[in-house]
Amino acid sequence: MPGLMLASAAGSDSQRTLYPYVTGTSVVGIKYKDGILLAADMGGSYGSTLRYKTVERMKPVGKHSIIGASGELSDFQEIMRYLDELILNDNMWDDGNSLGPKEVLNYLTRVMYNRRNKFNPLWNSLVLGGIKNGQKYLGTVSMIGVHYEDNHVATGFGNHLARPILRDEWHEDMTFEEGVKLLEKCMRVLLYRDRSAVNKLQIAKITEEGVTISQPYS
Amino acid sequence: MTKQQANWSPYDNNGGTCVAIAGADYCVIAADTRMSTGYSILSRDYSKIIQLADKSLMASSGFQADVRALQKVLAARHLIYQHQHNKQMSCPAMAQLLSNTLYYKRFFPYYAFNVLGGLDSEGKGCVFTYDAVGSYERVGYSSQGSGATLITPFLDNQLKSPSPLLLPAKDAVTPLSESEAIDLVKTCFASASERDIYTGDKLEIVILNASGIRREYLELRKD
Repeated sequence: MPGLMLASAAGSDSQRTLYPYVTGTSVVGIKYKDGILLAADMGGSYGSTLRYKTVERMKPVGKHSIIGASGELSDFQEIMRYLDELILNDNMWDDGNSLGPKEVLNYLTRVMYNRRNKFNPLWNSLVLGGIKNGQKYLGTVSMIGVHYEDNHVATGFGNHLARPILRDEWHEDMTFEEGVKLLEKCMRVLLYRDRSAVNKLQIAKITEEGVTISQPYS
Repeated sequence: MTKQQANWSPYDNNGGTCVAIAGADYCVIAADTRMSTGYSILSRDYSKIIQLADKSLMASSGFQADVRALQKVLAARHLIYQHQHNKQMSCPAMAQLLSNTLYYKRFFPYYAFNVLGGLDSEGKGCVFTYDAVGSYERVGYSSQGSGATLITPFLDNQLKSPSPLLLPAKDAVTPLSESEAIDLVKTCFASASERDIYTGDKLEIVILNASGIRREYLELRKD
């Protein structure tokens, strides 16, 4: 592929991401009656070692969204810095309007795509969910900028193991308890079959009232 | 110490098939709504068709991030055109713009396989077909994407397009009526879904004619 050969010949490989070091595994998200539920475990793997066991891979963004990330954790921290700046500038307008989940994901998609164009990707797959003015939104973007929205999304292994469960058992207007049970089922399967999964997870909920990220539990 | 090669690809194929057929006073553009990566399905309900101008629709399959970027560039350019010329871009004009936009990235291409469909300035249906770097041609019908190899021979058989080498130039648009063309498109996708793993879930058909624009949907095989 011509683009690939040109980039390697540039000789500045030490400045580009070549492969990830500390990674998080799947994130799973679903829409439910009052908003969005996200689940992610708290593991940070260093290759095949389960090095870190209390990594928060889900964070609130502004007033209306939560982001969950899998992939390189340092790149996720950088994404959080970009988002903090984005939200700060949004607040500085002081115009009573705030960025909704769709807008934030659109911004992230552009960032991911542009980094991919420069052959220096942010090695993450991101899930972004939120609710604004009653409109629920759940979407995802990958490290090369592929994005889509749906009633349920997952990254990494979640796409292979959790999505089929969600396709079968998700339905419109689930209650909070039903949603959590469904996500726990997905996380259990991931724990069985994904070797980078750890037995400590968080569930994040976002409704019109705000964001709640649960305490870690097994 | 050997140099580390990049072990990721900036491209991915998110699959899907697009078809467009031009008629005497209408144009039918259709695409499936499945988005996939590798052997996984990412979404069963993702639209590949976008309305670029009053009388131009584009359906694109391939790498979704590049398709999305291409759509944004064309939409922005169309907006500028409207501001500068106080009118909508005609379909042949949009066709040239798309070709130029694709060639602009000749050495790091948009991995997008496009069909542009619409009505020309005389109100006749027109279809333009492209490769990833902008080479294009006006045709009576076209198919692009993962199921194109299955659909194109069938359309060749059914729509018997006259040779573009004939003199005087014969019209490439099909004599079929609008509803016949729509049925033909539905048949194409029903067949393609049987054998192409990347085509299926749902079919989105957009019909453009003198009275405006209309959409139809058809369920396809989900396997």
